[in-house]
Amino acid sequence: MKLKTALALLALAGMTGVANAQLSDGVLKIGVLNDQSGLYADVTGQGSVIAARMAVEDFGAAAKGIKVEIVFADHQNKPDVGSAIVRQWIDRDGVDVIADVPTSSVALAVNEIVKEKNKMFLVSGAASAALTGSACTPNTVHWTYDNWALANGTAKAIVQAGGDSWYFLTADYAFGHDLEAQVAAVVKGANGKVVGAVRHPLSTADFSSFLLQAQASKAKVIGLANAGGDTTNAIKQAGEFGIAKGGQKLAGLLIFVTDVHSLGLQIAQGLQFTESFYWDQNDASRAFTKRFAPQVKGNHPTMIHAGVYAGVTHLLKAVEAAKTDDGAKLVAKMKELPTDDPLFGKGRIREDGRKVHDMYLFEAKTPAESKHPWDYYKLVRTIPAAEAFRPLADGGCSLVKKG
Amino acid sequence: MDFFGIPPQALLGQLLLGLINGAFYAMLSLGLAVIFGMLNIINFTHGAQYMMGAFAAYFLLHYLGLGYWWALILAPIGVGAVGVAIERTMLRHLYKLDHLYGLLLTFGLALVVQGLFQNEFGSSGLPYRIPAELQGGQNLGFMFLPNYRAWVVLVSLAVCLATWFLIERTRLGAYLRAATENPALVQAFGINVPRMITLTYGFGVALAAFAGVLAAPIYQVNPLMGSNLIIIVFAVVVIGGMGSIMGAILTGFGLGLIEGLTKVFYPEASSTVIFVIMALVLLVKPAGLFGRTA
Repeated sequence: MKLKTALALLALAGMTGVANAQLSDGVLKIGVLNDQSGLYADVTGQGSVIAARMAVEDFGAAAKGIKVEIVFADHQNKPDVGSAIVRQWIDRDGVDVIADVPTSSVALAVNEIVKEKNKMFLVSGAASAALTGSACTPNTVHWTYDNWALANGTAKAIVQAGGDSWYFLTADYAFGHDLEAQVAAVVKGANGKVVGAVRHPLSTADFSSFLLQAQASKAKVIGLANAGGDTTNAIKQAGEFGIAKGGQKLAGLLIFVTDVHSLGLQIAQGLQFTESFYWDQNDASRAFTKRFAPQVKGNHPTMIHAGVYAGVTHLLKAVEAAKTDDGAKLVAKMKELPTDDPLFGKGRIREDGRKVHDMYLFEAKTPAESKHPWDYYKLVRTIPAAEAFRPLADGGCSLVKKG
Repeated sequence: MDFFGIPPQALLGQLLLGLINGAFYAMLSLGLAVIFGMLNIINFTHGAQYMMGAFAAYFLLHYLGLGYWWALILAPIGVGAVGVAIERTMLRHLYKLDHLYGLLLTFGLALVVQGLFQNEFGSSGLPYRIPAELQGGQNLGFMFLPNYRAWVVLVSLAVCLATWFLIERTRLGAYLRAATENPALVQAFGINVPRMITLTYGFGVALAAFAGVLAAPIYQVNPLMGSNLIIIVFAVVVIGGMGSIMGAILTGFGLGLIEGLTKVFYPEASSTVIFVIMALVLLVKPAGLFGRTA
C-alpha cells in the first residue's frame, strides 16, 4: 500500500515535472492581497484580482506551459491581519507572489515576511516610498506610483503656481506620514513653508473640525495627505465650509478616478493630482477598460488596477525567461528584462525595485467639458520617467551600490 | 487670552461643530433607546437602516426625480416599512428569549444588508447635493457656519424633543410604557399591544432613516457609513443608560462636544475618546449616567 502511494506520488511529481520543470510545485501561485470591503475596496479590491486574471489570460500562460493560479484575500487595512494571511499563504498554500497590497502599513509588514521567506512582492496599491528606499529588499518590485512621485508631481506644480504655504490634513498612519513628509520636502525645497498639520484617524467621517483648523492657519494650500473615502469626505466638506471661497486651495495628493466619479465633477472640478494611468489615455487603455469595466459593475480601472495588470504581465515574462519561482532570482530577472506592456508602455525596473515610467499631472474637468460617462480628466503635464521618481542615490536603499 | 494655545474664538467654532456631530449621535441613539426601552431588542441593524435612509434619498432623486424635501418624508416611511416587515417576520419571535438572540439576529441582518449594498454600489459612495435652499452659509465672526449644518442641529433637536414628549408626556406614550411593564394587563384594556410594538419598531427605524437623509448631503452616500457610526452610537447609548430617552439625547449632544474638543487638542485620539469615557462611566455607574439600576 505504502509503496503504491509512493509510486503514485512519484509518477505525479514526474508528470508535472515534465510540463513545468522550472516551478518548485508545478504552479505559479499569485496571491492578491488588498482591501476587499473597506474604504480602499473600489480603488483596489476585486478590480485588482480581475486585472491579474486578465494579465494571465492575455499572456497566454497556459499555452506557454506555465500553470498560474490566482487567490485573493481581504487584509482589512490591518498589518496584523495581512501578515497572518501572507504567512499562511506562503507556509501552507504554496503562494509564490504577493501582489497589490494597498495601505502602506500592511505593505511594509508584508515586505519583511516576503524577504524572509524568499518569495516575491509585486506592489501596486501601496504608496510608501520606503519600499524602494530604507526598506527595500531584493524580493520587491514597486510598480504603479509612490509618495515621492505624487509629491513631485502635484506639490511642485502647485508651489510653482504660487501656493507656497501649506497646511496638511494627514491620515494618521504610515502612508499619511510618509506622504506628508515627501510633500513638505518638495514645498520647502521650492522655498515654500509648512505652517502646520493635523493628524486624523483612518476612516474619519467628519472633517469639519480639521478643516476649520486648516482655515484658521491661513495657509494658501490645504494638502490632503490621505486617500479613498477620507479624501472624498474632506473635499466634499471643504466645499460646504467655503474653503475655496476664502481663497485657500485644496490639494488632493492621492486621488483616483473612482474618487472623482463618486464626488461628481461639480465638486471635483479643478482639482489637480498626479497619476500614472488614465483609462481614456490611448487605444490600448480604452480597450483594456472596455473588457475590465463590465466585470466590476461599470467601475473604470484605477492606476492601481492597471499596475497589477502590467506587473503580472512582466512577472510572467520573467518566469518564462528565468524558469524559476525563486523570489530573489525572479526579481533579478524582472530587473534585467526591459518592461513593455499596453498600459504603461516601455520602461524598466531599477536596482532598488522601483519601476519607472512617465507620470501625469491631471486636472478634473468641469461638468461642461465632460462629454461622456467617466470623461473626467484633462492632461496638464507629462512628467517624463527620468524626473518622475526619486533619484536612485537619494532613497538610501542598501541594494544600490555607492559609486 | 488663549486656552492651551487655542484662541477662544476657534474653540467656540469647534464646540459648535461638536454640537452638530452630537445631533447625529443623539438622533441615532434615540432610536436605539426607544427600541430597547419598548421592545427589549438591541437593534444592531440601526446603522444599516441609517445607511438605507441615505440610499433611499439617493434613489428618490436618481430614479424618481424627487428632491431632498420629499426624501425627508418618504425615506423614513419607506425604510420604516421595511423595519415593520422585519419585526413582523423575525424579531417578534425573539421577545421572550435572551437579549443575545435579538442582538445576533439584528447584527447578522446588518451585515447582509451592508454586503448587498456594497456589492451593488461599491465602497466609494455616491454623490448627493445639498438642497438649493440650504446652500451657502453665515459668517458668525468666529467661524463660517454652513446653513445646512445649522439646519441639521435645529431639526434634530426638534425631532429629539418631540420624541421625548411623545413617549414621556402623552397618552399614547403612557400606553407604550405600560405595555412594556405588563403587556397582558394593557391588552385586557382593549389595546392592541402587538401592533403597538410593531409600530414602535417601525418608528425607531424611521428615525434612523431620517438621520440618514440628513447625513446624505454632508457625507458621501456610502454602504459603510452606518457601520462606521453604529459602534459609536452604541457607546453613546451605553453611557446614557440603555433605554433612557432623555439620557440618549443628552449624552448624544454631550459626547459630540467632547469629541469636538478632542479633535482640537489631540486629534489622533478623536476616534477613541468616546470609548474611554464609556469605560470610565461603566466603572463608576454600570447602569449608565441616566439609567435606572434594575
